[in-house]
Amino acid sequence: MQSLSNRKKVVSDKPMTFMEKLYLPAIAGGMWITFKHLFRKNNTLKYPEEQRIFAPVYRGMHVLKRDEEGRENCTACGLCAVACPAEAITMEAAERVKGEEGLYREEKYAATYDINMLRCIFCGLCEEACPKEAIFLTDRIVPSEFERDEFLYGKDQLVEPMNARIDVTKRQHTGQRGTK
Amino acid sequence: MDSGLIIEKLILVGIIFTISLLIAMYATYFERKVAAWFQDRIGPDRAGPFGILQPLADGVKMFMKEDFIPSNSDKWLFILGPGISMFTSLITSAIIPWGEDLTIFGSSVALQVADFNIGILFIMGVLSVGIYGIMIGGWASNNKYSLFGAIRASSQMISYELAMGVSVITIVMMTGSLSLRDIVQDQHGMNWNIFYQPVCFIVFFVCALAETNRAPFDLPECESELIGGYHTEYSSMKLGFFLFAEYVSMFISSAIIAILFFGGYNFPGMDYFSGNTLAILSVIAFFTKIFFFIFVFMWIRWTLPRFRFDQLMHLGWKSLIPIALINLLITGLVIALNKGWF
Repeated sequence: MQSLSNRKKVVSDKPMTFMEKLYLPAIAGGMWITFKHLFRKNNTLKYPEEQRIFAPVYRGMHVLKRDEEGRENCTACGLCAVACPAEAITMEAAERVKGEEGLYREEKYAATYDINMLRCIFCGLCEEACPKEAIFLTDRIVPSEFERDEFLYGKDQLVEPMNARIDVTKRQHTGQRGTK
Repeated sequence: MDSGLIIEKLILVGIIFTISLLIAMYATYFERKVAAWFQDRIGPDRAGPFGILQPLADGVKMFMKEDFIPSNSDKWLFILGPGISMFTSLITSAIIPWGEDLTIFGSSVALQVADFNIGILFIMGVLSVGIYGIMIGGWASNNKYSLFGAIRASSQMISYELAMGVSVITIVMMTGSLSLRDIVQDQHGMNWNIFYQPVCFIVFFVCALAETNRAPFDLPECESELIGGYHTEYSSMKLGFFLFAEYVSMFISSAIIAILFFGGYNFPGMDYFSGNTLAILSVIAFFTKIFFFIFVFMWIRWTLPRFRFDQLMHLGWKSLIPIALINLLITGLVIALNKGWF
């Protein structure tokens, strides 16, 4: 039978020859291999100083988007929480009252919206489930903390600030509002 | 003995002590660097430029750790163990000739603390005492892993001391002297023993690896089976002493390998220099050789896997000792023929 790769070797248990018993040639060969590694380029990335370039569709820390006029897209439908396999998302819905039209895009909005970043597996199913283009995963990294409760991200950390909008135009699930 | 000589020797002792510790300190740093290079990594580079303050950071860490003595242990022996290890590692540096004589203020200063006429015997003796550090440490810990490590260490060191001794005898026979200074001076210029005794060198080198408990002979402290071996129960600077003693003895055994086989402080073309220039150049040549062998020790550690214990004993008793003995016999015959005894 033809082998799939050319690296197939027939194993034999024939006794070692004298040269093999000496071990010294094999040791020299091994040491030559490690010696060659001395001059090889390392692949280390010195993390805090330099960062890896992420793909545009990298699934990192979430963002709750606002629309062009600065209104929150999220209507607290709960589809993201249903889709979430890790059950990391919880929210409470509230009704928009008069005078809040500039804050929330539709009549219903999320009063609280929490993602437990320790539960989250960054699968991106919430982004996929969202019918309102409200939640996206970004190429930002969730920073490490010393306390567990600091990983419970509320709206203050998730909703994008008006003065520092987060660009998600390269994500896969943009521009699909209404088609889904 | 006049007071000038005592002061001179005291200064020399101080310098050698400092240098031994300094080199051992940086050997720990260098070991991590070499390991990193062999594995395509960078290694420690955070403390200071290129991480050269790493040994200091390690030392501070060792001192800050809790100094724990197990309640079931034999307290005094537990403390004595690392001390003996460190002491025996350091004391061998006393008889190593570091270079040609320096001339300071018109008087000749030998760069050697004590020129024993039984120098090499002294080293073998101290090496044997060195086992006690590990033995006592492992025994006093009152822990089965420590005891296993100690037993392994002692049986390994005793086994390899035989082959080592026989290969040393070969060199002593060629030189006709036990004094390290005589052995070095006999290899003047490029007349190194390695060219006459390559087999003896290999035997001695393998034994030196085993005596210093370096990989591939680091069975006494194998992390995977014995969780640290004889120093399982140790913490803080007592552990530091055990680890440090290994690096000191690595430095000393590199020096002894350089002396016995690579001409010590001799270097080719040394006849063109004289006086203090020669002395300084010879010290540099000697340290170059030592650093090279320290590197080789590390190189081997990061290349070869560990032996199994029966393979270790097999290699020691059934291979190295016969090879060393046959080599000794042939050397003796050649010397006898050269001297016209037949």
